[in-house]
Amino acid sequence: MQALFFVLGIPLLGSLVLGFTGHRSYARDINVGFSLGTFLAACALTAEVISVGSILVWHEQFYVDPLNVFLVTLTAFVGLTTAIFSRPYMRVEQDHGKMTPPRMRLYHGMYQLFSFTMLLGLTTNNTGILWVAMEAATLTTVVLVSVYRTAASLEAAWKYFILCGVGIAQALFGTVLLYMAAYKVLGAEGATLLWTNLDGIKTRLDPDIITLAFAFLFIGYGTKVGLVPLHNWLPDAHAEGPTPVSAVLSGLLLNVAMYAVLRCKVLTDGALDSALASQLMMGFGLLSVVVAAFFLSRQKDVKRMFSYSSIEHMGLITFAFGMGGPVANFAGLLHMTVHSLTKSAIFFTVGHAAQKAGTQVMSEIRGLIKVNPAVGWGMVLGTLAILGMPPFGVFASEFLILTTAMRQQPWATPLLLLALGVAFASMLVRVLPMVFGETSLKRLAHPPAIVPVFVHLGLTLVLGLYIPRYLDGWYLQAARMLGG
Amino acid sequence: MTQFVPQLTNLFATMILMLSFAMISQRRIGNLINLFTLQGAALVAASVLVGYATAQPDLYVSAALTFVLKVVLIPWLLYRVIRRLNVRWDVETLINIPTTMLVGIGLVIFSFSLALPISRLSSSMASGSLGIALACVLLSFMMMITRSKAVPQVIGFLSMENGLIFAATAVTNGMPMIVEFGIALDVLVGVLILGVFMFQIREQFDSLDIHNLETLKED
Repeated sequence: MQALFFVLGIPLLGSLVLGFTGHRSYARDINVGFSLGTFLAACALTAEVISVGSILVWHEQFYVDPLNVFLVTLTAFVGLTTAIFSRPYMRVEQDHGKMTPPRMRLYHGMYQLFSFTMLLGLTTNNTGILWVAMEAATLTTVVLVSVYRTAASLEAAWKYFILCGVGIAQALFGTVLLYMAAYKVLGAEGATLLWTNLDGIKTRLDPDIITLAFAFLFIGYGTKVGLVPLHNWLPDAHAEGPTPVSAVLSGLLLNVAMYAVLRCKVLTDGALDSALASQLMMGFGLLSVVVAAFFLSRQKDVKRMFSYSSIEHMGLITFAFGMGGPVANFAGLLHMTVHSLTKSAIFFTVGHAAQKAGTQVMSEIRGLIKVNPAVGWGMVLGTLAILGMPPFGVFASEFLILTTAMRQQPWATPLLLLALGVAFASMLVRVLPMVFGETSLKRLAHPPAIVPVFVHLGLTLVLGLYIPRYLDGWYLQAARMLGG
Repeated sequence: MTQFVPQLTNLFATMILMLSFAMISQRRIGNLINLFTLQGAALVAASVLVGYATAQPDLYVSAALTFVLKVVLIPWLLYRVIRRLNVRWDVETLINIPTTMLVGIGLVIFSFSLALPISRLSSSMASGSLGIALACVLLSFMMMITRSKAVPQVIGFLSMENGLIFAATAVTNGMPMIVEFGIALDVLVGVLILGVFMFQIREQFDSLDIHNLETLKED
C-alpha cells in the first residue's frame, strides 16, 4: 500500500518540482532521480503483489493485480531509461537552439506528469478515473509533442489533440453506458464504476447495453492504441515531437491504452454470450497489421517508419488478445513487454542518428557505424529484434501468436505472414544503408546515452532465450485473468 | 409541479439537440460561442430538473460545475481568445448548409434507432434522452469534420462533451462525483492548451485556418 503511494506520489511531486526548476542545468539529473524513485517504488509494489497477491486499497479506488503490476513496472522502467537517454539528447537540442529554458521547464514538468497519468490509469480501479487518466495523458503528450513550436509540430499536436480528443470522447460515452448497465443491476444506491465490482456482477449486466458500451469503448481506447483506421495521429505525433517523447509514446502510452481495452474486454466477455469483443479485436487488429505494413514500406522519414511499425505491432497484440485463450493471451502480454523495450531502444538510436544528421529523412542518414559504432550496432540489432529475428523475445511472442492463429484462425495466418514479410523487407532495406553507408559527419558534442539501448535489447534477448520462472508464472496468471 | 418535471426535462433535452443543429449552420464565430453558452445553460437546467425529480443532491453539484465551466469560464476564455485574435466577426464559408442539415437529420434517426433497444428497457424518466445525447455527440462530430477554422473545431469538441455530460445526467443520474470532477478538470485544461495553441498557430501561419495544417501527409 505504501509502495503504491510512492508509485503515484513521486512522479506527481516530480512534475511540481520540475515545473519550477526544469530549466536549470541540473534539472536533467532531477528528472532521472524522480524516475529512478518511481521505478524503485514500482519494484517494491511488485514485490508486495508477488508476496500477498492483489491489492485493493483506498476505498477500493485502487487495484493492483498481476495484470497491471507488470505494466506498472514496465512503465516505470522505460520511464527511467528514457529519462537517462533524454539527458544528453536534450542537451544537444538546447545547444542547437531548438529548446529554450522555458521549453525545457515545460518538457521536464510534463514528462513527470505524463508518467503520473499513465501510472494512475494503470492502478486505478475506477473505470471513470481510467478515462480521466487517459485523457490527461493525451493532454500532457499534446504539450510534449508541440514543444518545439515549429509549424510541423503544431500541426501534429493539433491533429493529435482533435483526433484523440474525439476518439476518447467515444470512450466516455461507453463508460456512461457501462455505468448505466451497473445501475440497472445494482440500483441507484449501489451503482458503481469500480472495476472489481463490475467484474463481480459481469454475468448479470444487460447484454444490449454492454454491446453498445464495448463498441464505444473500443473505438475510444482503440484510437489511442493506434488501430487502423483511427491511426492518423500516431505517425505525426511520433515524428514531430522530441525523440524521448516518441520513445515513451510508442513504448508506454500505447500499452496503457491497450490495457484499458483489455479491462473492458473482460467485462464484455462476461456479459455477452457471443464473441463480439474477440471478433472486433481480431478484425481491427488484423487490419492494422496489414495496412501498417504497407504504409511502412512507403515512408521516407525514419521516425514515421518506426511509428508505423508500432501500429503494426499493436495490431498484432490486439489480434492476439482477440483470439484469447491462455497461449494467445500469454503471447500478447509478452509481446507488449518486448515491443515496448525494443521500440524504445530503437527510438533512442534513431533519435541520436537524426540529431547528428540534422534530418529525419532516411536517405540523408548514412554511416552510423563509422562514427558511433555502438549506436549503429544498437540500431541494427534493434531492427532485427523488432522484425522478429530469433533469438530476440519478439520472435518468441510472434511465433506463439502465429502458431495459435494457425490452429484457431487459419484464415488469418497468410495475411499475418504477408504483412510481417513486407515489413521485414522494407525496413531492412532502409535501415542497413543508414548504418553501413559512407558519411562525413562528425560526432556530437555530448556522447549519447548508450546504456539504455543495450539494457533494453539485453532484456529482450533474455526474454527470447529464457523466461524466468516467476515471470512466467506471472504472465500465466495475468493471461488466465483475461480468460477468453 | 412534479408531473411537469419529466416534460420539462424533455423540453431542455430537445433544446440541447436544436442548439446542436443551430451550431452546425452558424457561420459567425461570435454567435457560435453564444449558442454554445446557451447549450451549456440548457444542460444546467436539465441537470437541476433531474436532480430535483430524483432527489439527488449530487446532481446539483454537477449542475453547478457545468454552470461554472460551460456557461461562465469557457465562453469567457473563448471570447478573450477571439478578441485577442480579432476573429470575432469572421464569417466562415460553409458549403451546402441544407445538405449538412439533411445528413444531421439522418444522424439523429440513426442515433435513435441505435438507442431504441436500450431506451425501451430504461426506467429513467426521459426515455428519449439516450438517443438525444448520442445524436448530439454525432452532430458535434460532424461539425468538427465540416469546419475548417480552429475555433469552431474547438467548440465542436466542447459541444460533444456537453452531449456526453447530458447522457450521464439523464440516463444514470450523473456519474460518481470524483469522475465528474476529473472530467471537468480535463476539459478545462484541454481548453487552456487549445487556447495557447491557437495563438501559436496564428503566429506560425498568420491564420487560424486548419487547411494550413495539412502538410504532414503520406506521399
